[in-house]
Amino acid sequence: MPFIPHTDDDEREMLAAIGAPSIEALFDEIPANLRLQSLEGLPSGLSELEVMQLMAARARADGRALCFIGAGAYEHHIPAAVWSTITRGEFYSAYTPYQAEASQGTLQSIYEYQSMMAHLTGMQVSNASLYDGATAVAEACLMAVRANRRSSAARILLPRSLHPHYRAVTLAMALNQGLRFDTLPYMRDGGHMSLDSLAVHDGEDITALVIQQPNFFGVFEEVDALTDWAHARDTLVIAVVNPTSLALLKPPGEWGAKGADIVVGEGQPLGCPLSSGGPYFGFMTTRMQHVRQMPGRIVGATVDADGRPGFSLTLQAREQHIRRAKATSNICTNQGLLMMAGTLYLALMGAEGLARVAAASMARTAELVAALTAIPQVRRAFARPGFHEAVLTLERPVAPVLQALAQRGIQGGLDLADYYPELGAALLVCATETKSSADIDAYASALSEALRSARAA
Amino acid sequence: MSNIPADLKYTRSHEWLKALPEGIVEIGISDHAQQSLGDLVFVELPEVGRSLAAGEACAVVESVKAASDIYAPVAATVVAINVQLAEAPELINQDPYGRGWIMRLKPTAQGAVSGLLSAHDYQALAAAG
Repeated sequence: MPFIPHTDDDEREMLAAIGAPSIEALFDEIPANLRLQSLEGLPSGLSELEVMQLMAARARADGRALCFIGAGAYEHHIPAAVWSTITRGEFYSAYTPYQAEASQGTLQSIYEYQSMMAHLTGMQVSNASLYDGATAVAEACLMAVRANRRSSAARILLPRSLHPHYRAVTLAMALNQGLRFDTLPYMRDGGHMSLDSLAVHDGEDITALVIQQPNFFGVFEEVDALTDWAHARDTLVIAVVNPTSLALLKPPGEWGAKGADIVVGEGQPLGCPLSSGGPYFGFMTTRMQHVRQMPGRIVGATVDADGRPGFSLTLQAREQHIRRAKATSNICTNQGLLMMAGTLYLALMGAEGLARVAAASMARTAELVAALTAIPQVRRAFARPGFHEAVLTLERPVAPVLQALAQRGIQGGLDLADYYPELGAALLVCATETKSSADIDAYASALSEALRSARAA
Repeated sequence: MSNIPADLKYTRSHEWLKALPEGIVEIGISDHAQQSLGDLVFVELPEVGRSLAAGEACAVVESVKAASDIYAPVAATVVAINVQLAEAPELINQDPYGRGWIMRLKPTAQGAVSGLLSAHDYQALAAAG
């Protein structure tokens, strides 16, 4: 039986029943000038063998570089059991299933995920995951506008030290929905937001303040003071966090006197390999009082007619298939496969394992920064402490230096020139537990040489 | 057959209105509406003091199978809300015209609220589905 069960005869019968001459005619209402005539520049198909050969050649060209780039996606060791388990047929699907309650195992795994994320972030409830970290921030801003009924301004404060991609995606998703955004500067000495810079917003109607901890520069923000500032003004706090860091840091639910209101972030560090930007998964947790404004699916624990424990999708009245245009979001599924990787990763690592990964990453980054700043003309951009990333400044443009490092099989970090031109020749570097002292020494000597030869050139 | 008290006014979106002293209007949803929604699990109420435009969605009643907006039948200010619904949304199922009231409004303009249905007319609307 073909996968699509209707035949040409079926199609003819259906068209005859509705009086349409062809399937094409059903799209007549789309003006011809808006329709794609052909897919320009798309090569013709390749056989499976040809694709394998092409991809193998590309992989060889990429090599296996020593990666010191973080900037939102982090290379961590992933226990082999994670991906051997989730590629089982029972799990190997990207979505929450249709007839969800028939798949109790999938629902249980989502429930376990939600429980772990709520615990990790210090919040009361989690959704079943979102598309990625950037869209999770956008969804959190939209949610804050619904949830903060003391504010009518739909106005959000976004730090300039928020991940630039998160900022761009948030603006793209929310500007046309009537939200307004103000940018908060960072301190040039510390790389953090200062309470003083918030003073210009005193007395204004601000719906929510976004705080990324650690921020894009890897620097720790003064989360307690910032959270209390917001809450004193009926402003909600959206925390954007790295889940690995939460094994060491105070969870957002405990920031300031009352804790953050919505917590989001990128789940990739939990069991998802670096992969050209994705697929990754976003996470979102919140307080029970805001649960009806939270987008996405939620799995709840329940009992069946005979009193036996089970799991079901819950609070679906918030969702698109029931609430139509007034749904909390157009999100109608979750990032199931990657969320499952995160769940297994957390289960295998445990609280202690995650804390060891976080501590090792922080220590390796400190070691990296010490080794690199021992090179003349390499300095730390910011004095404040951070997690597992740091901004370094060089005395010459970063791009050619990174090219020279790439020739030696080292991905030396992210050039910040396009994102933060005001920082000059700035480089964002990261080391996780996957880097050894020998790796760090190799980077330091390659950088030293690259800078020397750049000077000679 | 649902209960449609003769002394109330109704809207096409299934709210009922009761005139209270000093021009205050009490709003709830009809017995027909609560039966259609099924067991209510949550009611989202407006803030007291909020100004509403006529026809503005200002509250939400949520059952296990649907969430429906409650509309302001007239431009008004919210003067009271039934805070008991936060803990006991089932009051709307049990007593839709009494303890299940949702909010009390003070209309901003003088004059009668137009476009409302009598019990007789609402009966016909409810019977039609």
